[in-house]
Amino acid sequence: MLPFILKRVFQSILVLVITGAIAFSMFTFVGDPIDNMLGQERTMEDVERLRAQLGLDKPVPVQYFRFLNQAAQGNFGVSYRQGREVSEIIMERAPATLELAALSAVFAVLMGIALGVFTAIRRDGFTANFIMSVSLIGVSLPTFLIGILLIYLFSVQLGWLPSFGRGEVVQIGGWTTGFLTESGLKALILPAITLGLYQMTLIMRLVRSEMLEVLRQDYIRFARARGLSNRVINFRHALKNTMVPVITVIGLQLGAIIAFAIITETVFQWPGLGLLFINAIQFVDIPVMAAYLMMISVMFVVINLLVDILYAFIDPRLRVSAK
Amino acid sequence: MKKTSTILAVAALMSSTAVVNAETLKWARAGDALTLDPHSQNEGPSHTMRHQMYEPLIIRDTSGAFVPTLATDWAPSADNPNVWVFNLRKGVKFHDGADFTAEDVVFSFERAKQPNSDMKELIGSITAVRAVDDHTVEIETDGPNPILPSNLTNLFMMDKDWTEANNTVNVQDFEGGEITFATTNVNGTGAYRLVSREPDVKTVMVRNEEYWGRNDFPMEVSEIVYTPIQNAATRVAALLSGEVNFLQDMPVQDLARVDGADGLVVKQAPQNRVIFFGMNQGADDLEADNIDGKNPLADVRVRKAMSMAINRDAIRQVVMRGQSQPAGMIAPPFVNGWTADMDGESSTDLEGAKALMAEAGYGDGFSIRLDCPNDRYINDEAICQAAVGMLGQIGITVNLDAIPKAQHFPKITDGKTDFYMLGWGVPTYDSEYIFNFLVHGRESDIGTWNGTGFNNADLNAKIKSLASNTDLDARNADIASIWRMVQDEQLYIPIHHQVLNWGMSESVGIEVDPEDQPRVKYFTMK
Repeated sequence: MLPFILKRVFQSILVLVITGAIAFSMFTFVGDPIDNMLGQERTMEDVERLRAQLGLDKPVPVQYFRFLNQAAQGNFGVSYRQGREVSEIIMERAPATLELAALSAVFAVLMGIALGVFTAIRRDGFTANFIMSVSLIGVSLPTFLIGILLIYLFSVQLGWLPSFGRGEVVQIGGWTTGFLTESGLKALILPAITLGLYQMTLIMRLVRSEMLEVLRQDYIRFARARGLSNRVINFRHALKNTMVPVITVIGLQLGAIIAFAIITETVFQWPGLGLLFINAIQFVDIPVMAAYLMMISVMFVVINLLVDILYAFIDPRLRVSAK
Repeated sequence: MKKTSTILAVAALMSSTAVVNAETLKWARAGDALTLDPHSQNEGPSHTMRHQMYEPLIIRDTSGAFVPTLATDWAPSADNPNVWVFNLRKGVKFHDGADFTAEDVVFSFERAKQPNSDMKELIGSITAVRAVDDHTVEIETDGPNPILPSNLTNLFMMDKDWTEANNTVNVQDFEGGEITFATTNVNGTGAYRLVSREPDVKTVMVRNEEYWGRNDFPMEVSEIVYTPIQNAATRVAALLSGEVNFLQDMPVQDLARVDGADGLVVKQAPQNRVIFFGMNQGADDLEADNIDGKNPLADVRVRKAMSMAINRDAIRQVVMRGQSQPAGMIAPPFVNGWTADMDGESSTDLEGAKALMAEAGYGDGFSIRLDCPNDRYINDEAICQAAVGMLGQIGITVNLDAIPKAQHFPKITDGKTDFYMLGWGVPTYDSEYIFNFLVHGRESDIGTWNGTGFNNADLNAKIKSLASNTDLDARNADIASIWRMVQDEQLYIPIHHQVLNWGMSESVGIEVDPEDQPRVKYFTMK
């Protein structure tokens, strides 16, 4: 078991280093940060001085090595745009993204499972077919369009919900939360639906097909033959057995919700990590881009690593082949 | 009993006036201030934020004229041509209650000259600032400087004692990530005080009731809530839904929708920014064309033909939806040296353009790459696309390369483009600023944005002499002659002056400022 885990950890680190190297080689194509940092009145000396000061006159591999070296010590450098420590900015922005992602995930999971079960049980009903058709829109419409449509409907036309921002937030230690105020909760609704809609339809469709599969199994027929009630059959026996693949997918999708909050955050001016990243790209804020990309790749690598290790626990064949 | 009722009546009166006066300006634009340190980051949104809370000696009104602010009047010294004398306003207090005096002015200028200051270039000619008495300051420059006041309109005054007491005498090292007391706290003389600030999220300010001009300006806004909203559609939605009642950075395509909405208006004014194309005429051969051994752009007839091929009215109507003013010179209309005649000099004449091309020996045309930003100016990429079609009509095949500004501008400053789009604003309102950056031959500290390769020693000398010519008539004559040369050489192809749009609720009363710098003390609220 231990060699298997060690091997996986080693592979994960390798993936991280390579991702970082690719990211760094891309930064040279994003543009020249110096131009954004100095006003139009700057002289060539200013440019040279700043370039040397930031180490941008060095070749890319040297810059990357320097970044890795400092990152290993927990130092992600200073944002070119905001002039503050990147780690501090990320800590400040993380609560917004995590709260939004958590609510979206809860929305996606609860609604997804409920609608999935419903459409599986009433597979030929009108409502179920209607839900299935509408869910196609959820999968195929791009996120920014859904966001703008929701804003148009609920903010501009109806005036019920705010179109941007987090509303009032409450500071608890280093964490800011929008869950404790009315305006904060209201502000969460539209972005959470926008962000979670795709995952919700995905989970719903997965639950439905798994459920249909399970409902055809022999033990369900035997359960019916024994005269168990529909409720017990559907929820205790069928749904439980549906959940194994669903949980795997939910786990992997959680990472995606955090990573792909970028578009939703831009549409709703949600002050989280995604918006920070978009700003960083436009300004060529290399330290922020690097830290964000590394953070997201660490997150994905860790999730995959955990899944791999869990599988190894569950499935002994993997352990054998690893030797 | 009577006394109590009087007190109650007074209290009722006070509370009712408080209700009347509680007007919140909910203000959004695309970007946020980068820092609050008054002398770090010479950049539009940062200055806008500071202008509410700090003040310079002088500001400009919407017509570009000077308005006395912390200085009541100023004039060159009678004894020494290198010295300007500024008389300071009396009875001005900083937000913490300290008096504003000459000592603070001297201190602020010294601070703004520090190496980390972003304002140091603008006051580079200043050699000494002296307090003559509590309310008089002398500013000495390294030679006569007739336009010194123009460079002071964004130079904010700090309180010496406050700055020293809070250990923030040094301008923040922005690139080094330094956070100082002054980057997050404000003690200015301005009409609004800082309440709270989260960078990129929200900044709240309240009216300064002790402001020296409390009765001279409307100051009807009692609280300012400033939120940057980056996405254009969301920004407009916030205005339409009433969550915001004042909007800068209006997207051109939504103007009609906002103006047509109940209770909302769009106001506009020509902006201090002109859009034009630059052409590399200095090189012997071009990288980005199909002609070997020759540079077609070096021939003034080709440059004239290209300018004549551009249909500025079509660009105005189709690309800009009426939101531009066709330009014939690369100076915005309020700038000293601008003339209506020269600004009307560009006309569309396809036949004439073709004849000029043939005369220059390029009757069959040539091909060239046009470098264009796609996220900097209003509809920048679409303007370039229109130009591609128009130049095609006289046989010039243009390959458009539209890229983000962060990649586009280094091409110009590094001389890696032969044909490019650029926009220019003139903070000093004087032509010298344009000449210094766009007409003077490129050197390390002058002509830095001149990507045309144009370098004329006589003209360079003339441009340099403008800086110290105190005879304003002679100086203006020189400016006119330099412009004549720029026009005759067709150094650039002017396209248009951008028009600035502000969207607002009908209850908000303010006129658009050509520099995109709203000053909330002028706002009225119905």
